[in-house]
Amino acid sequence: MMKNPIGNLNKIFDSRIRLGVMSILMVNEEISFNDLKTMMDVTDGNLASHLINLEENGFIKVHKGFIGRKTNTTYSITKAGEKAFKEHIDALENMIKGIK
Amino acid sequence: MVEQNPSLETLQDIKRMMERSSRFISLSGWSGVAAGVCALIGAWIANSKIEDYRSGSSGITLEGNGVSLINQLLIIAVSVLIAAVILAFLFTWLRTKKNRTKIWDPVARRLMWNTIFPLAVGGICIWRVLQIGAFTLVAPLCLVFYGLALLNGSRYTVGEVKYLGYGQILLGLLNLWLEGYGLYFWALGFGVLHILYGAMMWWKYER
Repeated sequence: MMKNPIGNLNKIFDSRIRLGVMSILMVNEEISFNDLKTMMDVTDGNLASHLINLEENGFIKVHKGFIGRKTNTTYSITKAGEKAFKEHIDALENMIKGIK
Repeated sequence: MVEQNPSLETLQDIKRMMERSSRFISLSGWSGVAAGVCALIGAWIANSKIEDYRSGSSGITLEGNGVSLINQLLIIAVSVLIAAVILAFLFTWLRTKKNRTKIWDPVARRLMWNTIFPLAVGGICIWRVLQIGAFTLVAPLCLVFYGLALLNGSRYTVGEVKYLGYGQILLGLLNLWLEGYGLYFWALGFGVLHILYGAMMWWKYER
């Protein structure tokens, strides 16, 4: 019997913004807050709260730096984040196969 | 009834985000065609200047200050470059308008840096080659460095750019041994290859 594939779907990635951030970080080594904001087309506050959530789950790493006097915060994916994201994609794939 | 599968939709979303955040996909085929046409016009003008010089009727010198052949050719080359870049920007900008994407996003920035850097290095090398007076090396080095720049930039835009890069490098290397045919190779690489590439890209993605 087939295992229930919904069990493998990660609740954290239900949010489109969190899913988008993870997708971007999968293919970009490091990306700044402002670049993420432009790519996702979201407001500062909205993006920040989702980033904190991902960080608290250990999926992304935050690097705080400065360019001159301005803060420059960049983000990168962690090993755990990569693993969770891949599992999520696999689960999505399995669901599609299951429907067929 | 066609019902969109939510899992499939999510996967497509992921794919789109990955693509958009790593590649600048709005590069227009028309940009290539326009650059090629500029190059061919430039090569044609340059050819007539060289013929004038060879016939001796114009009375200009090869090198030196003022109206020398080398200076004339440099002015033509720089004008072609400026015209080609402006037109390339214009067509790509029009395409971003149509696609509702941004022309100056982080990916575009990365694409620019990764092509401009090898080009600048090439520019310095060619500058020195001109100083030494090895004029036959100018065209092949232009082609080789431009090809390497394209190859480097192709990771940040439509992948087909790398074939254009390989083509330019191949022409440049051949030209290293076929001395004296620089202008023909130049016209072939910057002119014909650009037009071919641009037309193919337009056919494939923009039609």
